[in-house]
Amino acid sequence: MLSITDLHVSYGGIKALRGIDINIEENKIVTLIGANGAGKSSTLRAIMGLIKIDEGKIKYDDEDLTNHKTMDIVKKGIVLVPEGRKVFVNLSVEENLILGAYTRNDKAGINKDIEEIYKLFPRLKERSWQKAGTLSGGEQQMLAVGRALMIKPKVLMMDEPSLGLAPLLVKDIFDIIKEIHSQGNTILLVEQNAKKALEIADYGYVLETGRLVLEGEGQKLLRDERVKEAYLGEAK
Amino acid sequence: MNILQHITNGISLGSLYALIAIGYTMVYGILRLINFAHGDIFMLGAYITYYGVLFTPIPWWIVFILAAVVTGIIGLLLEKLAYKPLRGSPRITILISAIGASFFLENLGIVVFGGRPKAFPTPDVFNKVINIRGVSTGLVTFIIPIVTVLLLIALTYFITKTKTGMAMRALSKDYETASLMGININRIISITFFIGSFLAAVGGIMWGIKFPQLMPLMGVMPGLKCFIAAVIGGIGNITGAVIGGFILGLGEILLVALLPGLTGYRDAFAFVLLILILLIKPTGLMGEKIAEKV
Repeated sequence: MLSITDLHVSYGGIKALRGIDINIEENKIVTLIGANGAGKSSTLRAIMGLIKIDEGKIKYDDEDLTNHKTMDIVKKGIVLVPEGRKVFVNLSVEENLILGAYTRNDKAGINKDIEEIYKLFPRLKERSWQKAGTLSGGEQQMLAVGRALMIKPKVLMMDEPSLGLAPLLVKDIFDIIKEIHSQGNTILLVEQNAKKALEIADYGYVLETGRLVLEGEGQKLLRDERVKEAYLGEAK
Repeated sequence: MNILQHITNGISLGSLYALIAIGYTMVYGILRLINFAHGDIFMLGAYITYYGVLFTPIPWWIVFILAAVVTGIIGLLLEKLAYKPLRGSPRITILISAIGASFFLENLGIVVFGGRPKAFPTPDVFNKVINIRGVSTGLVTFIIPIVTVLLLIALTYFITKTKTGMAMRALSKDYETASLMGININRIISITFFIGSFLAAVGGIMWGIKFPQLMPLMGVMPGLKCFIAAVIGGIGNITGAVIGGFILGLGEILLVALLPGLTGYRDAFAFVLLILILLIKPTGLMGEKIAEKV
């Protein structure tokens, strides 16, 4: 569905990605794991057109999206929940959701979907008139996910959704990801919490300093000795 | 002249300042740029009206509306030509471009309109003197605050209730995330400049009616003062800009009325106020402290 071939990205002279290939199939959870600075976020940002791609191709179905404008990529249904949540703090919870549906024009559908989001995250309904900046970290993450769902994504990409959340909330977030997936969504998940991510993923890629070093089914990677040692904190 | 008379005049002048200050504050809110050419856009609005009323057969009230729309489009083009190519450059570069644009428009005005003052063709209806409880003044003094309030209501509705208004507020905090919502950033910026310039033109037209003498440099002083009004209110905050405008307008008129000896310092009032506010509350009356939740 979404395929990335030989992607190269650099910041100034520093190479962040040195030719990676990723393939995301419909209705699958694919995860990208790796340490800080491995290039996980850069991959997502390159897909969204937020940074320039030096080399390589990004294809959605058979359409070339390489170096397209972000807003056009969003209109295709590729959506990113950015790292650090990035809710619009000066807007109310409801306004954040409405802005999520910026590209849509079906008013009735939008209202119906807002209700759906409230069903998924009852906490947001209680706070619908509050400014998003007054929410707790976990609630902001729920809002960021809800806002992204309002776009009706075909591919939902999440950058470190569990970062900075209490362990109980981390579990909630992963339950929600599974729930969203069970509704028929395709998900690309970037995580430092490799164990959790691989547990729910159909397929995983391991990034190290801008290169893919390993890939395979989620369960297989979980049992892989190299992954265990480097990312799961289990010695040989 | 009684005190009520002065207050009426002050509110009227304050309304004009408020209309112009909104343009500064909206552009700053979105681009973090002080649009120094804003006062000159105000001047263009007045001149376009002048030529429209005198040299076309169009009824004056339609000219007023058209002139505001045309000025809005000029403001939008100004952004495309002078600011957009520099987006992503250091802020100081764009600021210099804004000062350049201001000088350019002023001198263009001198070349095209001529340096000699022109008399604004005020429609007779505005000159009608009315008398309410001892306050006697031209009808325009009353019309200015009414028009201002109506425009403010429309603007508030637009900013708070429409999707474009929400996008504007979102953009003022976070460009990148706004683009992740599929928001067309260039379009929102253009709309912002259009609205700001439209309001400045309405201010310019009403200014022309109240002080019927047009000059190519007529926008310099009101421009500076309205920038100060925006800073007093807390730049980036629309309500603040309106409050700042009224404080300046009322303050200026009352200063002259109550302390006639200081008449010569009329313009200095705004700058003294600016210095005071920067010393006491640099974020302005309504400005928020910038705090981020990590």
